[in-house]
Amino acid sequence: MRLTCPLCGERDRREFYYCGAEDYLHRPAEGAPLAEWDNYLHLRDNPAGVTKDLWYHEAGCSQWLMVTRNTVTHEISAVELVAERKA
Amino acid sequence: MRVDGKGLIDRTKPVRFRFDGKDYAGYKGDTLASALLANDVRLVGRSFKYHRPRGVLTAGSEEPNALVEVVGPSNQTPNVRATMQEVFEGLVAQSQNRLGSLRFDLMAVNDYLSPFLSAGFYYKTFMWPRAFWEGLYEPLIRRAAGLGSLSGKHDEGTYEKAFAFCDVLVIGSGPAGLMAALTAGRAGADVILCEESHVLGGRLLSDGGTIGGQPAGEWVASVLAELQALPNVRIMARTTVTGAYDHGTYGALERVGLHKPARPNLPRECFWRIVAKHAVLAAGALERPVAFENNDRPGIMMASAVRTYLNRYGVVPGKRVTLFANTDQARGVARELMAAGVTMAAIIDPRPDASAVEDCPVHVGAEVVGSRGRLGLSGIQVRKGSEIIEIETDCLAMSGGWNPTIHLTCHMNGRPRWSEDLAAFVPMEGAVPGLVAVGAANGSFSTHGALATGHAAGMKAVEALGRKVSVPVPEAEDMPYRLKALWAVEGKGRAWLDFANDVTTKDVKLAAQEGFRSVEHMKRYTTQGMAPDQGKNSNVAALAVLADATGRGIAETGVTTFRPPYTPVSIAAMGAGGRAEGFAPQRFLTSDQASRDRGAPMIEAGLWYRPSYFPKPGETTWREACDREVNMVRQAVGVADVSTLGKIDIQGRDAGKFLDFVYTNTFSTLPVGRVRYGLMLREDGLVLDDGTSARLGENHYLMTTTTAAAGLVMRHLDFVHQAFCADWQVRFISVTESWAQFAVAGPKARGLVNSFLETPVELPFMGVAPVRIGGVDGRLFRISFSGEEGYELAVPTRYGEALFRDLVARAETMGGGPYGMEALNVLRIEKGFITHAEIHGRVTAHDIGMEKMVSAKKDCIGKAAATRPGMWGPEREQLVGLKASAPISAGAHLFVPGAEVHRETDQGYVTSICWSPTVGAWLGLGFLKDGRARLGEKVRLVDHLRGLDVICEVCHPVFHDPDGEKLRA
Amino acid sequence: MPELIAKSALEGRELTVGTVTLAEVDVGPITSIAVFPGGAKAVAKGLKALGLAMPEPNSFTEKKGARIVWTGREQAFLLGADCPALESAAVTDQSDGWAVLSVSGAGAVDVLARWVPLDLRLGACPVGGAVRTQLNHMNVVILRTGDHAFEIMVFRSMARTAWHEVESAMHMLAARSATKI
Repeated sequence: MRLTCPLCGERDRREFYYCGAEDYLHRPAEGAPLAEWDNYLHLRDNPAGVTKDLWYHEAGCSQWLMVTRNTVTHEISAVELVAERKA
Repeated sequence: MRVDGKGLIDRTKPVRFRFDGKDYAGYKGDTLASALLANDVRLVGRSFKYHRPRGVLTAGSEEPNALVEVVGPSNQTPNVRATMQEVFEGLVAQSQNRLGSLRFDLMAVNDYLSPFLSAGFYYKTFMWPRAFWEGLYEPLIRRAAGLGSLSGKHDEGTYEKAFAFCDVLVIGSGPAGLMAALTAGRAGADVILCEESHVLGGRLLSDGGTIGGQPAGEWVASVLAELQALPNVRIMARTTVTGAYDHGTYGALERVGLHKPARPNLPRECFWRIVAKHAVLAAGALERPVAFENNDRPGIMMASAVRTYLNRYGVVPGKRVTLFANTDQARGVARELMAAGVTMAAIIDPRPDASAVEDCPVHVGAEVVGSRGRLGLSGIQVRKGSEIIEIETDCLAMSGGWNPTIHLTCHMNGRPRWSEDLAAFVPMEGAVPGLVAVGAANGSFSTHGALATGHAAGMKAVEALGRKVSVPVPEAEDMPYRLKALWAVEGKGRAWLDFANDVTTKDVKLAAQEGFRSVEHMKRYTTQGMAPDQGKNSNVAALAVLADATGRGIAETGVTTFRPPYTPVSIAAMGAGGRAEGFAPQRFLTSDQASRDRGAPMIEAGLWYRPSYFPKPGETTWREACDREVNMVRQAVGVADVSTLGKIDIQGRDAGKFLDFVYTNTFSTLPVGRVRYGLMLREDGLVLDDGTSARLGENHYLMTTTTAAAGLVMRHLDFVHQAFCADWQVRFISVTESWAQFAVAGPKARGLVNSFLETPVELPFMGVAPVRIGGVDGRLFRISFSGEEGYELAVPTRYGEALFRDLVARAETMGGGPYGMEALNVLRIEKGFITHAEIHGRVTAHDIGMEKMVSAKKDCIGKAAATRPGMWGPEREQLVGLKASAPISAGAHLFVPGAEVHRETDQGYVTSICWSPTVGAWLGLGFLKDGRARLGEKVRLVDHLRGLDVICEVCHPVFHDPDGEKLRA
Repeated sequence: MPELIAKSALEGRELTVGTVTLAEVDVGPITSIAVFPGGAKAVAKGLKALGLAMPEPNSFTEKKGARIVWTGREQAFLLGADCPALESAAVTDQSDGWAVLSVSGAGAVDVLARWVPLDLRLGACPVGGAVRTQLNHMNVVILRTGDHAFEIMVFRSMARTAWHEVESAMHMLAARSATKI
């Protein structure tokens, strides 16, 4: 498997650390109800198809990446820097 | 038997080798199989289950029978295909899967028991009585099962791994592969051409013919010469592409040194990871056997293999050869054998309308129905209409048609397509993105078809790469492929499908009869396709028999999944460089040599090597050294290398705010020149790490992490920063490697430290100051992990060794010295300091008694989750100290004295223990339900693994200097 | 108190096997420059004194013995020169944190291909290239300093392992070419 880091270019999967769904980016506001935290921390979709998840370019530029990929075809359609993501 | 004037072997270079203890001669260019056949050795192995005599069946990597052990100086490699192993001077090989000699294998008794050993035998027989399984059945089966054997020693051979990149990967160097490589190569594309064999050319080397008016061999040579001259083309012989993976990644195994005597540093094999923009699969096709009674005798071979042995190796595997084949293509071998002066006893062709032009007896509309010969073929029975004809023959060349080598196209879950015309599975287009199958691998069996499709695939890649080229396709034979599908000849006896695993047509029919109608179930029930050849010779025929038995078509029946690797890959090659210390990087301290000079045994702490203890003359156990070192720190002064702690330099106007966000407590209010202990949570409220952070300047902090979590914390900080506050004025970088840092602890620590400083300083507890030491800028921290007055002195790493040696030498003049990890651990347990033994990922701030460190005044990572019900309260297991007069153990569980010992009554567990010379008792740290309310109680500590059952007193975790008077002295 | 003696990770070791030479080299001071948000202009101005600018991703530039190497988003390492005062960046001394190995000679690229999962051939990684990647299991910065020359920056504590890996690849390649048929 290969991922194209927006900074470093196309790299082998072994350079990356997988974290999980991009849900981790949507941190509830301070004081949000517990149910919202529960959702943020524990509840995840498991789609057959397009999904977004987070990868850390641990052996490269140390950037967190948001990867849009298809769990069925394994196609990777977009890789974005978490630090420079749009909304 | 060798024939003159034939073959690509070098007859000027004889090679001596040994098989089953006997010396033989072959030539350079021979495989073990061709050399043995040249020496008229037909019996080379025994089958897996019935121990039937077996001979060479094929001339390629699909060989199911001729699996041997190659014995090297440092290793013994089982299941080596004699058809792939090149002979070299001094090669030693032996047959396998036998008890006694190969000719008189005692396990051959299984063959007579075969009526009882049909499919499912093990499942049905060894079910009961249950108690017999472990003691009797399993050892028996294990002894009988498996093929070759290992040496029982470590494999000391050299293995390599490597990465390669290209525009176009061409897999196979037959006419299709060569044409694809030539097209892409001439266009200037970056090409890798992989060929499994040691010679390039594929079937052109065996089948001859002409290409563009040239003899095929000359055409191959001219194309190779051109490719070799192109700087953009890399040719990799002896390299099997074993797997297709995501995004253009391919695995390939190169046999680097297996064809030569072992020599130092020469890799045996190299496992390549090849990344290709485009790939062309030109792997050819595999000829398929026909199932008839006793079709497994040595001497019965694939027709194409007989042709290969004749034309590539100058070897004829018999004196009176017969051919049983259902295509016109297979007739070539008969004509060539006769031209070479070999007697063709008969041609048997099941097609009633087949031609009969050859100058030998030709039986059309006939089938071979049986064979005889105990250790090798001596004759066959042919059925023609109602007549049975006996024919004397010592070599039967058989062919049931061809199966395209589609395996790689199925490695990403692609399913092949059944072609009625070819009676074979062909690749589904696009099943592996970027990979195109051509030539015989795609069902184009003629030479012209191979050249044309190889050319087309090459052009397609060239165009996709934005290049241009014009390469003409040379003229070649374009014979139509016309066959009558023939999987199994009708008859009553045992007819083999899977030679390696001894699966017959009867077994497949039995599977269907017993309800295993799915091809996946049949495979598992009969073990068909589960031998080292992974069903390359038997899959399609077996499922055809299954389809017939279940009354379905082949397309409907479907195939089992082909998975990587295409041929076996040794773990040693895949994990090259990863054995022993190669498993992970080794990290060495600057004090490493100094510690070893003092005889310190080193222990691994993560990737680091740290001194365990520093033995003194007369000390016979580690405990003696450890106790002495603990007392030394408590009474005088000790020096320890603590450089392994993670150090992160954090700068910026928002640095304080950032620390407030990642730590539970507040750092923005920390005065410059002071250090504070910080607790870090994960977002789910559990403790991530702890450590001290120092404020070096208004906008400058230095965070320390535990050794174990240094990488984890860095990743966490990167996430929090990039995900939630990328716009803040803060940047950070690891400086773990930049500083050598030494703990100096004990009542005499201040004196020792100040004797080193150019200007002595009076630091308060938890203070930090820049210092000058030996002409170098350093840092001094007053922090303690021992409970004594403690300092940590940091200098740039290049000065680490010098400072450590000086510190230790001077400490020794003060009654002190170095201390190792054992003493460090005892000191921190006595003081109740936690490590990742305690903060192991399941504990909350409340559990370790630090809930007050979670600031109410600000948000932080993990704060919301830490307040959830269940994360705090008396029902949780809380950190306590334990004291006992007998040895205790980490990992033991705690119970109420007198209560029964089982899971439901479990009250907690122990995380760290030591003998404390300071307290004079065994001490432990652990977690006990509602522990803080139970100080003074007795608990029962039980460790069934170590046989411990001890009553302990529950204590406050801080045993030594509970008020911290020594720390602040 | 006597002066402390400095020691490099590998004490300047050097080894030639076949056509490839491996050596520990001294690149002088190493300073990390991490630009604060909005600080790019000010940093550019500060670096002008050295005739350098923040490098493009995956590259380094050189001026009068000073090199500036891209190491991440808005981050670079300055090698071989003292860093000027830069208000708008976090400036951190990294001189002691790294060991630098030079791998040079015909076949150097083949040696690295044994451990680095990246195409380092000239076409893909020209002179002036600087990549953050792995050497076996170690995170490294690799500088393409010449047609047949690389410098590898590796964490100092792992220098011995890095040396061992490169050396073993050199021996294997030398053995391969010595035994060609």
